[in-house]
Amino acid sequence: MGQITLNQVTKSFGETQVIPPLDLTIEDGEFAVFVGPSGCGKSTLLRLIAGLEDVSSGHIEIDGRDVTDVAPAKRGLAMVFQSYALYPHMSVRKNIAFPMKMAGVDQAEQDARIKKAAAALNLTDYLDRRPGQLSGGQRQRVAIGRAIVREPEAFLFDEPLSNLDAALRVGMRMEIGELHKQLATTMIYVTHDQVEAMTMADKIVVLRAGVIEQVGSPLDLYHNPRNLFVAGFIGSPTMNLISGAEAEQHGAATIGIRPEHLTVTQDGPWQGTVGVAEHLGSDTFVHVHGTGLAETITVRQAGDVPVRHGDTVRLTPDLSRMHKFGADGLRL
Amino acid sequence: MARAASNRSRFGWTILAWIIGLILFFPILWTILTSFKTEAEAIAAPPSFLFFDWTLENYGVVQERSNYMRFLWNSVIIAGGSTVLGVLIAVPAAWAMAFQPTKRTKDILLWMLSTKMLPAVGVLYPIYLICIQLGVLDNRAALVFILMLINLPIIVWMLYTYFREIPGEILEASRMDGATLKDEIVHVLTPMAVPGIASTLLLNFILAWNEAFWTLNLTAVNAAPLTAFIASYSSPEGLFFAKLSAASTMAIAPILVLGWFSQKQLVRGLTFGAVK
Repeated sequence: MGQITLNQVTKSFGETQVIPPLDLTIEDGEFAVFVGPSGCGKSTLLRLIAGLEDVSSGHIEIDGRDVTDVAPAKRGLAMVFQSYALYPHMSVRKNIAFPMKMAGVDQAEQDARIKKAAAALNLTDYLDRRPGQLSGGQRQRVAIGRAIVREPEAFLFDEPLSNLDAALRVGMRMEIGELHKQLATTMIYVTHDQVEAMTMADKIVVLRAGVIEQVGSPLDLYHNPRNLFVAGFIGSPTMNLISGAEAEQHGAATIGIRPEHLTVTQDGPWQGTVGVAEHLGSDTFVHVHGTGLAETITVRQAGDVPVRHGDTVRLTPDLSRMHKFGADGLRL
Repeated sequence: MARAASNRSRFGWTILAWIIGLILFFPILWTILTSFKTEAEAIAAPPSFLFFDWTLENYGVVQERSNYMRFLWNSVIIAGGSTVLGVLIAVPAAWAMAFQPTKRTKDILLWMLSTKMLPAVGVLYPIYLICIQLGVLDNRAALVFILMLINLPIIVWMLYTYFREIPGEILEASRMDGATLKDEIVHVLTPMAVPGIASTLLLNFILAWNEAFWTLNLTAVNAAPLTAFIASYSSPEGLFFAKLSAASTMAIAPILVLGWFSQKQLVRGLTFGAVK
């Protein structure tokens, strides 16, 4: 079991309040991702849940138990750090055993759990090596192994993949996803990478300046962003946001249209010049300037579109997929 | 071509390094050589470098005249005691400043270091008078305490620099893993900091061993370490260079041997933070 509830939680460092009063519930077994730009308070929020930082006010509950003043180790949570935070002087086996040693688990049980975790994480051949002799991906797996053997109520991941190269990141992303399916344990995952958030999460929590901008499933956020910030943050390439006369015609202060909801056509209402055309084979991203709508309008079109730098193109938006926002930035 | 040039330049630098090394080592070498000469040869002009009648006579005389072992023992107690005591006090201090820093941490560190800029002679009178008042003049425990205070800023700085290199996340991970403060220090921090603590101990032992100002001014007989042993040969009966050299050699030999065997640790301790 691992339902985590934050109740009017705040955090201040000196005079600066980094988390204004915040309420959030993460259901048992859920994969929740905290996402937002650097400095939005997502890591601080995770550290508050972990107990590595003290809340300034409010309460944190795990399965209905108030853990606000409980020491990190007693909260039943395991954390995986960005830097892996392995003990460099211990072998992989001892690293994984450390939390069990601290908890006084008997030796036979320790060995059994280490064996199981090592098999699940492909670490069996590396158990007697030191962390310094492992690659980045292997180190991260050791850190995950150390978390698994504690059999925690919930796992906390603090940007665990940001030190890995791109190819490894995709692989580890899937491994963590599969681990979540196997263990069915609550996981909270912090990242600034919205692609990670979209691909892994059951529930995404979008944060800005310590404030929750929106909570929802990845597709819910994608299709129904609550405000301009979420609209601009979720999705890659980002949504085209257009204000001014064009928006007013549609009765909004700002309209948003995702790149895939625009088409390069012969007779579209918008006209501009191609700045850069990125041909990926499966898709073509066309960045169009000089439309008078926004500095750049990005179009994503399936397949290969024969346009080049300097071409004049016309664009047709799919008006049924248009997002409208009021002057206050909220969705209309 | 490029490789030949680079080999040539490396050869040049190696020669230069050897020359500088020999210049630095020369006074010690000369002292050692002189200790094996007769008094007449020691002051002969021009001096002979290696071709003289080697003799152990000076060592015999020095050994006869003063109790070398007592001075040596005092040096060991004073240098060892002040270093161990200093590290025991500095570990928690450096720990607090490295892992629980406040706005004032940097100021405190600089203030501690600034005490090293005070000329020692400036506080000689007060400390001398305090020692008299407390009846601890020529007392080993008093010197242990005073030398500990003198070197404490350096010990704290070295350990602080060392602890700062240990990522805080590792300590946080151990806290998440259920380690108490004691477990954290015993199982995680200390094993990681052992090389740093060792080089700090070593360097400060050497500093305390060589310290002459306070040991000469605050001791007479009972607590006199090897610095006083050397000094006792420098004046009373005129200059007896050969015997003075023998005494000096005997005084520096232990620390020279210690330094030789722990070169790696010392260099690591001295350059830590600069190169990594």
